[in-house]
Amino acid sequence: MTLPVLSIIVFTPIVAGMLILLIPGDRKREVRLAALAASVVALGLSLWVYLTYDRSAGGYQFVERASWIPRLGISYYVGVDGMNLPLVLLTGIVMFTGVLISWGLDDRPREFFAFLFILATGVFGVFVGLDLFHLLFFYEIAVFPMFLLIAIWGWQVTREYAAMKLTLYLFIGSVVALVGILAMYFTSGLQSFDMLALEQANFAPDFQRTWFPMVFFGFAVLGGIFPFHNWSPDGHVAAPTAVSMFHAGVLMKLGAFAALRVGIMLLPEGAKFWSPLILGLATVNVVYGALIAMVQTDFKYVIGFSSVSHMGLVMLGFATLNRDGLTGAGLQMFSHGVMTALFFAVVGMVYDRAHTREISKLGGFSKAMPLVALAFIVGGLVSMGMPGFSGFVAEFPIFLGLWRAQPIVAIIAALGIVITAAYIMRVIGRVFFGSMPAEFEGHISPINNLDRIALVVLAGILVLVGIQPAVMAPLVQSGADNVIRLLGGA
Amino acid sequence: MTVPTYSPSMIAAILPELLLLVLAGLVMLVDLVGQGRRGLGWLAAAGLAGILVAMIFLGRPSSDESLVFGGMLRHDWPAFTFKAIFLFSAAITCLLSLDVPRVGTRGEYYSLLIVATLGMCLMAAASDLIMLYLAVETTSIPLYVLAGFLKQDDKSAESGMKYFLFGALTSAVMLYGFSLLYGATGETNLYLLVEKVRVGGLSPWFLGGVGALVLVGFGFKVAAVPFHFWTPDVYEGAPTPITAFISTASKAAGFAILVRFVLAFLPSVGVYWTAVLAAVATATMSLGNLLALTQSNIKRLLAYSSIAHAGYALIGLVALTEFGAASLVFYLAAYVVTNLAAFAVVILFARSAGSDKIADYAGLSRRSPGLALVMLVAMLSLAGMPPLAGFVAKVYVFAAAVESGLIWLAIVGVLNAIVGLYYYLTVLKVIYLYRSEDENKPILVPRTYALALVACTLAILVLGIASAPWLERALQSARSLF
Repeated sequence: MTLPVLSIIVFTPIVAGMLILLIPGDRKREVRLAALAASVVALGLSLWVYLTYDRSAGGYQFVERASWIPRLGISYYVGVDGMNLPLVLLTGIVMFTGVLISWGLDDRPREFFAFLFILATGVFGVFVGLDLFHLLFFYEIAVFPMFLLIAIWGWQVTREYAAMKLTLYLFIGSVVALVGILAMYFTSGLQSFDMLALEQANFAPDFQRTWFPMVFFGFAVLGGIFPFHNWSPDGHVAAPTAVSMFHAGVLMKLGAFAALRVGIMLLPEGAKFWSPLILGLATVNVVYGALIAMVQTDFKYVIGFSSVSHMGLVMLGFATLNRDGLTGAGLQMFSHGVMTALFFAVVGMVYDRAHTREISKLGGFSKAMPLVALAFIVGGLVSMGMPGFSGFVAEFPIFLGLWRAQPIVAIIAALGIVITAAYIMRVIGRVFFGSMPAEFEGHISPINNLDRIALVVLAGILVLVGIQPAVMAPLVQSGADNVIRLLGGA
Repeated sequence: MTVPTYSPSMIAAILPELLLLVLAGLVMLVDLVGQGRRGLGWLAAAGLAGILVAMIFLGRPSSDESLVFGGMLRHDWPAFTFKAIFLFSAAITCLLSLDVPRVGTRGEYYSLLIVATLGMCLMAAASDLIMLYLAVETTSIPLYVLAGFLKQDDKSAESGMKYFLFGALTSAVMLYGFSLLYGATGETNLYLLVEKVRVGGLSPWFLGGVGALVLVGFGFKVAAVPFHFWTPDVYEGAPTPITAFISTASKAAGFAILVRFVLAFLPSVGVYWTAVLAAVATATMSLGNLLALTQSNIKRLLAYSSIAHAGYALIGLVALTEFGAASLVFYLAAYVVTNLAAFAVVILFARSAGSDKIADYAGLSRRSPGLALVMLVAMLSLAGMPPLAGFVAKVYVFAAAVESGLIWLAIVGVLNAIVGLYYYLTVLKVIYLYRSEDENKPILVPRTYALALVACTLAILVLGIASAPWLERALQSARSLF
């Protein structure tokens, strides 16, 4: 009997969340310490799994399986491969830094961390799930705490609207996918929700073409695919900092990942049939998202729309259906997750001090908080796909794959990168350089050590993957090979 | 088919009914002679829980489902399962009634409740038209009285009166259907009737007409559209524990007879009935959810939501498979425990704040974080979120629909689930987000209520996370309906 590491990772947050609820509400320090301890455990274990995963062997490792609802062939079934392992690590990182950033939260931190951790359990559960029912179960667990987190602790102006919009969008997506999943289950005749078994089910091409859109787009709503991306910038902006980090950093990957696992991997014929449409929509994501980001006057909305744009690159990578594209998409999910968490952390730190996010009213923050400015610049360079940063490592293979699949799309999508450079430069120039408005002079307090740790961790990872891609790229490639095998070895 | 009218072993079949009768008498007696009036509710709740335990150990049906008492009753797994649901619901209702003013100390209140439960148990087992009708009335008449129990309260009186008028009318229509059935076949036993119908000779128009008449009665009990009009007014006016009881046990009892009837008859009366039931399910879900959207009173909101849930449960019936019937039973169990938890919160809140308006729930998460959490669990379970009972229950009924090729019905179901999520979230928004001036006034949670809340919340979680053994039990029940 080996240690069930993945289960421990999955259930640490929720158990910690329940224990936190038992702490009296006014003992806020204990609440925070408990939250930090849980996130350290989750991060440490996911890092350990990441490092000990046997890359030469590949395939699914750390597999655990237990019968759950035997009558329907449902099991609790978890394992990691090259595709989901970086995402597990990503979740650990964002959870840890999210707790650090939220240290100063003073309104009911107990409930805040409890809900955040329920969310984290849902996210971990989806990433490691190898059973369709299991995946859906945790997927929805990840969706609903978001409502409360945004509605209670979010930005007062839009939180109610944004929380409701986000929850309904995501719920619509997941229930639509549910119908598709049930159709797969009954059509396969295997009496099993085991995804590895369903991969071999050989669904008829007609069936795949009919159901692929429901399943893929059902999940891709959470991945922010155009035209279902509308919930995401509103949600990002309304959410409190740690939740924005989780939301853009991890939750959008959840949608993209599920779309890949369930849509593309189980219905490969459908994926081939519909890939032109996905290419088209994802290109709109990339270019249109970047353009909209360009004209935003609110700092946080810039980042919100940049997520839409960058998730478009992930979808583009999927739609290439070739090895380079999928590897790039896998790397982009990780890279963008860390990058956007960093961005939102920075936005939160600026907003907490300036109490405004209007870009025109900000300026000169690099003098008051140099580390924050540096971190944002690192994130910006990642975002532009600058060599030496993780963004390049991810985007280069995507464009390589894209060129091979559909050169014209590659050319159009590359425009998005140019626009990205423009809006990132604009934000860096306006917010961090130039002269600081008089009302902020002397009022900008330095950030505390916990914030510093969070920024250094996030920026450090982006640089590390950028200068040493070998820590991640081969792993993701092995995961992409799994997908390629199902697609018929294209 | 001959069934002996009596043998000693048949006592086991009506063990819960016998004990309920004893308990009802006992409660009256204690009320006459006793001093500590608050003990009455405890006695009733403990008695009901005891009967549940006794039934589980002594009243299990044998493997061959058998008709007993001359074919009046059937001692089988579906009856057993439904009886367990009724007894659980009644016991929780007694706990919830304890501290309700002008209700919780009255012996006759508990006696009526127990008699209604007795009627439900007979409904679940009845396999003869006469028995069925008697059981329905034994259930309904005490419930009419209970709905109007607060005599000085206009709304309660209105509730009782409305419930009675609707109930009397629909049961008369149902009885008319029964008499036509008897007239055409000369049988009152359900299973002999089915044989006769299968042999043929009866015009499908006649059967369609009779089926429609009978469905009126059943539709009223489960609050299916278009027989739902009584629901919001009755739910709003009745004492809240009784609302909880009507919305859970009484609805489940309606489903117990509906599922037995439909599954017995349907194979022999033609497929167009599937279409009719599917239409009823669609209308019930959609109308319930849409009307719930605009409610400002929590009891009315839950009334419309309970209509919608009847619709979801009907999906399991429409599937006409073993798994479908099992999913219906599971759905009802999940719905019953969830709704009881929701009403427990409503009762406690009304006790402290004196209001059922949703807007007044503002600040509840600060006044009583525990109560707010239970409401969160209940609302999310009703909305169908994991890891709660409502999620797996919904997955099961939708799966049953897809299995039977009714993909469109599953899609209607999930679209409705989205609408449902919206209004449940609206309630949670008020509870967790809005502030109120009364924030510093805590809400008292007496120990009895805490017990009921914990029992229901645990049940919601257990059904949601470890649903396998319960699904097995539901399947076992479903099997003997075919």
